[in-house]
Amino acid sequence: MGEKDKLARFEQVILPHLDAAYNLARWLTRNEDDAKDMAQEAYLRAFKFFDAFRGADGRAWLLTIVRNTCYTWLQQNRAHDTTTMFDEEIHSADSDTSNPAILVLQSADHQILRQALDELPAEFREVVVLRDLEGFSYKEIAEITNIPAGTVMSRLARARERLKQVLGNRLKKGA
Amino acid sequence: MDCKEAQNLINGYVDGELDLVRNVEIERHLQGCALCTQSYKNQQLLRNEIKTGSFYFKAPADLQTRIQLSLRKAAKAEGRAWVLPKWWLNIAAPMAAAAVMVLALVPFLRGPSTDELLAREVVSSHVRSLMATHLADVASSDRHTVKPWFAGKLNFSPPVEDLAKQGFPLVGGRLDYLENRPVAALVYQRQKHFINLFIWPAGSGSDVRTKMVSRQGYNLTYWTKSGMTYWAVSDLNSSELQEFVQLVQNQA
Repeated sequence: MGEKDKLARFEQVILPHLDAAYNLARWLTRNEDDAKDMAQEAYLRAFKFFDAFRGADGRAWLLTIVRNTCYTWLQQNRAHDTTTMFDEEIHSADSDTSNPAILVLQSADHQILRQALDELPAEFREVVVLRDLEGFSYKEIAEITNIPAGTVMSRLARARERLKQVLGNRLKKGA
Repeated sequence: MDCKEAQNLINGYVDGELDLVRNVEIERHLQGCALCTQSYKNQQLLRNEIKTGSFYFKAPADLQTRIQLSLRKAAKAEGRAWVLPKWWLNIAAPMAAAAVMVLALVPFLRGPSTDELLAREVVSSHVRSLMATHLADVASSDRHTVKPWFAGKLNFSPPVEDLAKQGFPLVGGRLDYLENRPVAALVYQRQKHFINLFIWPAGSGSDVRTKMVSRQGYNLTYWTKSGMTYWAVSDLNSSELQEFVQLVQNQA
């Protein structure tokens, strides 16, 4: 395949997923400039390895590369983001089973929720982004993030639990 | 199904990831359990809020153009690479960078009075031309292939040594252009690092002792010996580059 053809095909198949690439990079890096750099780097890597792409799902394939690119960057620049884990005890103390407080969302909750999602450790943030913003199945998320499908489900559960907790605390404070 | 089990599966249920049997089971449980129904509703509410809450970051307008430009560059680089062995792509960029570094130093050779701004412009235009069109290469680790290749292309014959035994295998040679004249460029390798050794006849006959400088992360060494000017440039650390220079000086 000539380079011109390769580029044309790449732009046709992979470039349309730019929003998805940027969105994931933006949530993982948590700022605009780094997200742009990551997206660009990921696209260059994707182009380099495009011959290996077998045409199943361009978006999932691209996001795998975006994720890897971002994680390399995170490890170099924001090491604590990938190592900070939840405090399991604090986290499960107020779970739904014992106290399913009724969630009522207000307009201000939007910002609270966004911030809460932003503050989740990267491993948890990414499953929410891939599931709820990109609509990938557990199986697809497992492939993109290279973790077992069961772990995808438990990470999602814990991430959402945390988000509900933050919203619940707001209710208790009467904010 | 009890509450504990139902709680564990609620995420899967909200996401439509349960198999048919479990789906039926959890629905049956929810019908008879207010607590679990509440947490199911909470879960749904949360999910809808995330989905519809404009949490999606759309790519900034300039990003696509920026990426397309860099892709075009990359495609060009690959296009140049396909006539050559695969590893050539890996050294094309460092070689171009190395060439730039040497070009950047041309003004220093002429003396400190040289206008640096003008030099930068000259360098930039050279970089562009190098990246787009530089193709004349001979890729061989055999000095008896590389040295004759320069015959007829240069009005001098550069000394070409294979230093593979000493840990600096010869990668190839090419023509380059420095100080307003064509020069020989020999490419050597040290593990993953590449060294460009530029050689051309010295203007004056006297030897000049070895000098080392560092520019933008590259180490450069230059000297004049037996009527030839040598410039070695690499991202190698200075002691290894020094080792290389020593070997070249002993051979030549």
